[in-house]
Amino acid sequence: MTTVLNGNDVAIEIQKYFDGAIIGSNDIDIWVKPDIFREVCSFLKSSEEFDMNYLVSISAVDYVEYFELVYHFVSMSKNHSLVLKMKLYGNRESPVASSIVSLWKGADLQEREIWDLLGISFKDHHNMKRILLWEGFPGHPLRKDYID
Amino acid sequence: MSMPKFTTEPVTINLGPQHPSTHGVFRIRISFDGEDVVDAEPVFGYLHRGTEKLAESRTYVQIVTLTDRLDYVSSMSNNLSYVLAVEKLADIKVPERAMFLRVISAELQRIASHLMAIGFWLNDLGAFATPLMYCFREREKILDMFEMLCGARITLSYMRPGGVLQDAPEEFWQALEVFLKEFPGYIHELEDLISGNEIVLARSKGIGILSGADAVNSSITGPILRASNVNWDLRKADPYEIYDQLEFDVPLGENGDTFDRYIVRILEMKESIKIVNQCKENIPNGKIRESNVPFFIRPPEGDAYASVEGPKGELGFYLVSDGGISPYRCHIRAPSFINLTSLTDMLKGWKMGDVINIFGSLDVVIGEVDR
Repeated sequence: MTTVLNGNDVAIEIQKYFDGAIIGSNDIDIWVKPDIFREVCSFLKSSEEFDMNYLVSISAVDYVEYFELVYHFVSMSKNHSLVLKMKLYGNRESPVASSIVSLWKGADLQEREIWDLLGISFKDHHNMKRILLWEGFPGHPLRKDYID
Repeated sequence: MSMPKFTTEPVTINLGPQHPSTHGVFRIRISFDGEDVVDAEPVFGYLHRGTEKLAESRTYVQIVTLTDRLDYVSSMSNNLSYVLAVEKLADIKVPERAMFLRVISAELQRIASHLMAIGFWLNDLGAFATPLMYCFREREKILDMFEMLCGARITLSYMRPGGVLQDAPEEFWQALEVFLKEFPGYIHELEDLISGNEIVLARSKGIGILSGADAVNSSITGPILRASNVNWDLRKADPYEIYDQLEFDVPLGENGDTFDRYIVRILEMKESIKIVNQCKENIPNGKIRESNVPFFIRPPEGDAYASVEGPKGELGFYLVSDGGISPYRCHIRAPSFINLTSLTDMLKGWKMGDVINIFGSLDVVIGEVDR
């Protein structure tokens, strides 16, 4: 069985290295500050205790007042999992998050998909262009205010 | 007299979007330097139907029909992954008999999907149609059994949150018994034709190598990951349904080449037969669907992610509920889509003739890539 790491415990551990990086946590999820998200990920990947070598999936949700990005991580060696979340407030026109492609190549297509369907662009992504829809498609269809 | 000076430049060629080997409408832009691939970029989206958006305006039960059309050669696995996510979100219990029926149908689906993967891969290698028809002949029997289960052959919609549509009829068990008895012989036949075939070995051994570390870093899952000698199977690592009560092995490849991806699929079919046999022996009596699941499921506010080991890899659903009758957001973690991440790395450096061989060994289904 994959152990689901307790979000509160991991949040305390992260706080030791990144002061003020955590916005909130509960038993499952941890909300991380957007501007330090990549560093926290890098720590989770390289630390022996967590060893998050496998990025399962990246999802994005439009909650209208903010966008939320949801990252599911699993460590294949330790067989435990963790959920990191990031809230993007303000600037609905062109929200920006930091890319983690340099840490996990698996994020490449998934970040492009989120840009395509929800219009969240990823800083430092090497190929930030649409993936499922064509260039020039008006709007981002998975946004809640998208009108066909 | 001095020799004239030649300069060379790479040539970019489009493979697809309409090409027999792309198994759908899919394009790869490949730059060649002579015969060698220097760069490749997959271009897709031609089959994008907006499944995730459609899900936002359907009820939780209706979405089951949408999942059939993702990876249209393994609808059962799609159904299973989706209903597990709904059950996790709405905290619905499932009767044991339903779990057994689900595992039986999901494993039969895995066999059907792997048969397609192997058949089409050999088709791409140039063994035109003959091995494919051998595979189709066996797949047909599985589809017949699915027809007995739910009346459909491809778009099954057999599973429901809280159980399955209906119990398996008596004729299903008879057909299943014949199938389980005969199928190992057919795998043997297929292996006789292929596994030792000199041409297949020459074209697949040592071609399109993907290292284990690269595969993990690129979030590759399923037979492709295990062919690269990484022991990761959700049925073992994070057992869902009744997989923790079953005995089976996880076949691994050694080199991560196209031959290993083929042989892992052959071995997985044998393991699936083992699993179905055990389920058939131990299936308990009882109801097949929880009776208190309402027609309009209204899960409490929150989110849930559930995944299964599908034939192509980890298939997951991330659902967000706002308390209403349809999900606020439904994100699909599609294995075929994410497995394409490493396509460029796998193609680089290989010859023109290997491109279709390598792409075919990935077993990509466009319905799931484009969603």
